[in-house]
Amino acid sequence: MTTLPSTTQKKLGLVIDLDTCVGCHACVVSCKGWNTENYGAPLSDQDAYGADPSGTFLNRVHSYEVQPEAGPAQLIHFPKSCLHCEDAPCVTVCPTGASYKRVEDGIVLVNESDCIGCGLCAWACPYGARELDAAEGVMKKCTLCVDRIYNENLPEVDREPACVRTCPAGARHFGDFADPDSNVSKLSAERGGMDLMPELGTKPVNKYLPPRPKDEMEQIDVLAPYLTPVAEEPKGFMGWLDKALGAMPGGSQKTEDA
Amino acid sequence: MHPAPSVIVFTTLSGLGFGMLAWMGLGFPVVTGWMAFFMFAVAYALAVGGLLASTFHLGHPERAMKAFTQWRSSWLSREGVVSVAALLVMALYAAGLVFFGAHWALLGWIGAGLSLLTVFCTAMIYAQLDTIPRWKTPLTPVLFLALSIAGGALLSGQVVAAMVLLPIAAACQVGWWLRGDGAFGLAGSTLATATGLGDRGAVRAFEPPHTGTNYLLREFAFEVGRKHVDKLRLIALILGFLVPFSLLWLPFSHALALIAVLCHLAGVAASRWLFFAQAEHVVGLYYGKR
Repeated sequence: MTTLPSTTQKKLGLVIDLDTCVGCHACVVSCKGWNTENYGAPLSDQDAYGADPSGTFLNRVHSYEVQPEAGPAQLIHFPKSCLHCEDAPCVTVCPTGASYKRVEDGIVLVNESDCIGCGLCAWACPYGARELDAAEGVMKKCTLCVDRIYNENLPEVDREPACVRTCPAGARHFGDFADPDSNVSKLSAERGGMDLMPELGTKPVNKYLPPRPKDEMEQIDVLAPYLTPVAEEPKGFMGWLDKALGAMPGGSQKTEDA
Repeated sequence: MHPAPSVIVFTTLSGLGFGMLAWMGLGFPVVTGWMAFFMFAVAYALAVGGLLASTFHLGHPERAMKAFTQWRSSWLSREGVVSVAALLVMALYAAGLVFFGAHWALLGWIGAGLSLLTVFCTAMIYAQLDTIPRWKTPLTPVLFLALSIAGGALLSGQVVAAMVLLPIAAACQVGWWLRGDGAFGLAGSTLATATGLGDRGAVRAFEPPHTGTNYLLREFAFEVGRKHVDKLRLIALILGFLVPFSLLWLPFSHALALIAVLCHLAGVAASRWLFFAQAEHVVGLYYGKR
């Protein structure tokens, strides 16, 4: 059934720290790599080395400029993948039951052998988290690396989503939001974790940590007293020279005077 | 939204086809023998042809049968189930008229109800989507049903009914357009809410995730037809409603009826193209496209 579970035992998801993300796209590359080589249909590319390349990605990094009322603009790198919503609109629209939200951990998955590739779930998702693979004709989305996080063949340190494992800035965190003492719950509570497009009522599990305010250092310049101009208007010999040169043909002074 | 030809053909043809089936099921007109055969053939060609066209945009049409399973939660699944039920019931009803000269009225009423329910389900596939404010309104099923019933009246030769229903459908169409033009702004999703960064300043899309295009941009950020909107709306109104309505006043002839039907079909197709091409999906916000 593609009805949503009323509650899930765990709420696995990500915290993405917009303060720390440096926009390196390492998460995009590791996600593409892992999910092409492992669970489900590979993430295909079309015309990968040609003039008009495009391909399927489960995670993409946008960059936004925020211009405050006062002060300089801030550049914010913004990784975006499936938010594993509690009220996932993509699940209920699915006509075949291929899309489902797991009762045990809340992960939203697609059963690719049931997917007819109608695309309606991607229409229902506000976040652009689902992409129809052009080669396979089935819907692809973030699995929260379900084939890593429970995989006992991997060393324990690797049992987290590929994007989290690879992030060099530590901007991505994986955990259980149903547990108030988990790393992600605490981080989100401490830093004011926010929902994307909360007005649509999707109740995303993934939280975004807003960038911290920039430090404002008082300007201390030890050389400043020595660099202030000593005279605004030239006087004496310099004053005479300024006038004389200005009066010569081609001088800027002359045209102004005339 | 990308105006996929298969979906435009599907909703246009099947809407008309099921509208015609509804009228025939209600007994307007009650025809038998070859006349019944011919009229049901037209209605079925439109309805089934439309449904078949809709499978062309599927990634895996061979699995289409699975779409009948989730009728409890999915409007798309409901549409599949109800459409097949309507076609089966109306096939029995048609068989009675064509082969036995028998008019099984109750069966016809059930078939008519299921036919209109199919159109309603089709409309709800679009009207349920929070992500596309232009579609998210009860006016969407009203519009689809009005077009289907008016077009059905035209096709099944109900001249007086068509004369009344075509202007009503035109009014629904204009009302839907007027409401839709301000819908995205009223819905309240902006780049500020999409990124959650709105409270710290004006947010601007600085750099997209990649230099090329992708599935999301192809499917959801279609902006090609916007500049011709007014012309296309006029064409839709003239061809879809004004021309057929005017032709209905002339003395009846099959040639004129055919012209009226074809004009109506072209007008509805133009309107349906705009339905998709003009629809703004909120995911465009992330790409600075709204």
